[in-house]
Amino acid sequence: MEAAEIHRRLRDKLGNAVEPTLQDGDWPACEVRAAAVAEACRFLRDDPDLRFDCLSNLSAVDRKAADQIEVHYHLFSYAHRHQVVVKASSPRLDPVLPTVSNVWPIANWLEREAFDLMGVTFVNHPDLRRILMPEDWVGHPLRKDFVEPEEYHGISTRRESLLKI
Amino acid sequence: MQQLADSLLQTGFLQGVPTEAGYALVIAFFAFVLLNFIMLIAGVTSWLERRVWARIQSRVGPNRVGPQGVIQWLADGIKNIMKEDIVPAEADRPLFKAAPYLAMMGFFATFAVIPFGDGLVVADLNVGVLYITAVTALVVVGILMAGWASNNKWALLGGIRSAAQIISYEIPAGIAVITVVLFTGSLSMQTIIRAQGWAPWDWFLFANPFLCIASFIFFVSALAEGNRTPFDLPEAESELVAGAFTEYSGLRNLLFFLVEWGNLYVIGALYTTMFLGGWQIPPITEQPVIQGALQFATFFAKSYFLVFVAMWIRGTLPRVRVDQLMTLCWKYLVPITFANLIGAMIWFVLFPNGLAIMRFAMFALGVAVTIYFFSRILFHLRRARPRLRLNPIS
Amino acid sequence: MSTAGIEIGLERETPAGLETEEMTLNMGPQHPSTHGVLRFVVKADGEVMRRAIPDIGYLHRSIEKISEKVGYHGFMPYTDRVDYVSAMQCNQGWAMACEKLASIEVPRRGEYCRVIACELGRIASHLISVGTTGMDIGAFTPFTHALRERERINNLLEELCGARLTFNYMRIGGCAWDIPPGFVKRASEFVEQFEPLIDEYNELISFNKIYVERLANVAIVPAEMAIAWNLVGPNLRGSGVKYDVRKDVPYSVYPELEFDVPVGTGERGTLGDSYDRYMVRMNEMKESCRILRQALGGIPEGPVIAKVPRTFKPPPGEVYVRVEASRGDMGWFVVSDGTAFPARTHIRTGSFSAMAIIEELSKGLMIADLVAVIASLDIVAPEVDR
Repeated sequence: MEAAEIHRRLRDKLGNAVEPTLQDGDWPACEVRAAAVAEACRFLRDDPDLRFDCLSNLSAVDRKAADQIEVHYHLFSYAHRHQVVVKASSPRLDPVLPTVSNVWPIANWLEREAFDLMGVTFVNHPDLRRILMPEDWVGHPLRKDFVEPEEYHGISTRRESLLKI
Repeated sequence: MQQLADSLLQTGFLQGVPTEAGYALVIAFFAFVLLNFIMLIAGVTSWLERRVWARIQSRVGPNRVGPQGVIQWLADGIKNIMKEDIVPAEADRPLFKAAPYLAMMGFFATFAVIPFGDGLVVADLNVGVLYITAVTALVVVGILMAGWASNNKWALLGGIRSAAQIISYEIPAGIAVITVVLFTGSLSMQTIIRAQGWAPWDWFLFANPFLCIASFIFFVSALAEGNRTPFDLPEAESELVAGAFTEYSGLRNLLFFLVEWGNLYVIGALYTTMFLGGWQIPPITEQPVIQGALQFATFFAKSYFLVFVAMWIRGTLPRVRVDQLMTLCWKYLVPITFANLIGAMIWFVLFPNGLAIMRFAMFALGVAVTIYFFSRILFHLRRARPRLRLNPIS
Repeated sequence: MSTAGIEIGLERETPAGLETEEMTLNMGPQHPSTHGVLRFVVKADGEVMRRAIPDIGYLHRSIEKISEKVGYHGFMPYTDRVDYVSAMQCNQGWAMACEKLASIEVPRRGEYCRVIACELGRIASHLISVGTTGMDIGAFTPFTHALRERERINNLLEELCGARLTFNYMRIGGCAWDIPPGFVKRASEFVEQFEPLIDEYNELISFNKIYVERLANVAIVPAEMAIAWNLVGPNLRGSGVKYDVRKDVPYSVYPELEFDVPVGTGERGTLGDSYDRYMVRMNEMKESCRILRQALGGIPEGPVIAKVPRTFKPPPGEVYVRVEASRGDMGWFVVSDGTAFPARTHIRTGSFSAMAIIEELSKGLMIADLVAVIASLDIVAPEVDR
């Protein structure tokens, strides 16, 4: 199915929670309000004509200029072989999005990754804790303003340049 | 051994020594000789295994220490002796330290009754086979003790697996042995060998179909009892790290490996004794020394052939899973060997002196199977030859 | 990677009337068969697992953050480290993402070089996979035999780019070097000699009774489950879903080449079991040989790399490029903000989702099965953690 058609159906279902324009690009993107993401995803998965049965990717992007954290849901349908991106933004200070881990089980880990590295909180996530970084790590490394700590448990993260010695 | 001790005492060789001390001296001497012999056997087996395995896997294997690496095992032994003997802090120290020796004892004791020649046996016990079954059980105790005392869950799993496996497989192995005993009427190893002849058709392997089946069951069960592939679950390195031996280092670890490789030889020796005519050689000489040497060589060659087969199996087969291991034992091997035993009894009643035609027929069948097997191998070798010659660095 | 919170959400599930003491086993991160540094917290009842909880992050190098610091050209060597078992496809994923951002056309000879390198890499990676599967279930021989062949591929790739593991062969807009003289002949020789060997491996291990018993009917993943958990590549095809990025979202010169997509058939057990995943890899090596034969035969003349400015500044935008890596569909999500450094890179890898599904699959399996499942899912630790 064409991306425009998917976008139209999504708008019919969710109304103004979906931005009126479809963002063109490599994978066409529908921008959705943060609060409506879970509902949109559930609809996209369950509608028999859309059937997005696979969450191909979930990436969080730090848009520092816009002071937003943008989360991209790359959806793919093995049943119909079409694709679409659902985008949602949340303020940088405290990004909160509803979880989709009850829609696609793989979202569980992908959301944990986004939480760990970008600090996005997913509401109702069953097990939201760090996945790649140590449990006691401070900060979210993929944020643009992340400053590497001087040391971790007494291990220095700095090293003299080998060229200077 | 008893005769030797008696004769030494009578001839006055041990003048002035009390009789008990004389016996103890002779025993100590034999134990010393045997211990060195076992070290040699286990060492050479380890080298052989690594070379054979390497050849199967298109590697080179150890070839640096001595010509073709033949004394690699010596270097490894020295290295292991010099290593630090680590005992985990939370381990049960006395048990942890005793376990390798217990396993070692169990396997060392079996050599007392292995008949290397007509007179070349430490003690020809009249319960020889039973004795072996009994003392090899000590190895289980050793491994289980090692697994428990290490205070490591992987080691414990390995130890429990080992105990379950060895005890289960004692049953088919024991029944297979009984099938042989049925035909000889004696548990003595020497009597079992003397009941066979030097010619292949006089071996128990080809005596009748039931003994043939028993031989296969015995070999499979013995592999399982010796923790060999495909039944090497107790130390399954990809699952349980190193199983019961995970926490061992240095000499104690070496002792466990000594047991493993030594056991391999014991399996071969037992099989040779019971099914392959043991040390029996054609009557070509009356000279006792040459005869003894030939008998020893024959026995050695036969048992090492079986050791080689076990290595070959190790290089070919994957490992079975625990439930499959138990299924194989309790659902297949145990019923088959009991049925086989009953069949053997009926056969014994029908033909108490054996059936010559059957023996020759079985032998012919064996030859045919071997020829068919080698023809297939040759076919594969011919197919593989151009690729085998390829320089790996081309 | 968690140090303290591993006990979260681990309530004991006790079957009624069968109260046995549950054993917590720590498998890894230094366990012989966890293919790198993976860790599982295994809740076991004797030999039977209640569940195995994967704990990842021990190999986390923050490759995605590095990309934001080193720029587009400079990131290419780091992509090798995403999956060092089949680094070529990672190279290609990054190159394709950048090319798509800046709309660069790769010369045809460059595309052919890429395909040849990638397919050789795929065979090498699958050889490791089938070899370690054998090793994990106790047969060491297939592993050495597989490595023997992989060694020859490494030699070929070394001729191509000078490296044996982390290739750094591709560049944005093409490949770093043209194929060396005589390479086509040697590579064709290898393909001709290697293809019959696949049958030999099958005879040695694939059809071995014990081998089949160990893999068949173990850890069955039905197609719906595989899709919902986003399993990709051979793992997905093992469940019977005929989907291959090379065929269904064609890229590079794959549309010009003829090959089949092997899928699991449930020949020895149930569709989607470990044996199917294993067999798909075996059959894929044959298909790779087919592709290689065509690509080596039809390689056109011309340059291998397009003209790309040294300071590569793609226009702002975002792309999500998928390539068929050895462990399946590898997604490269790159956001550009118009500067010389990517604003965000996210690599969605096959092993990540394969790792996530293990907790679900492990329920009720034996401890010995866990290593077989890890091997059959072909998990490579650096790809999980990045």
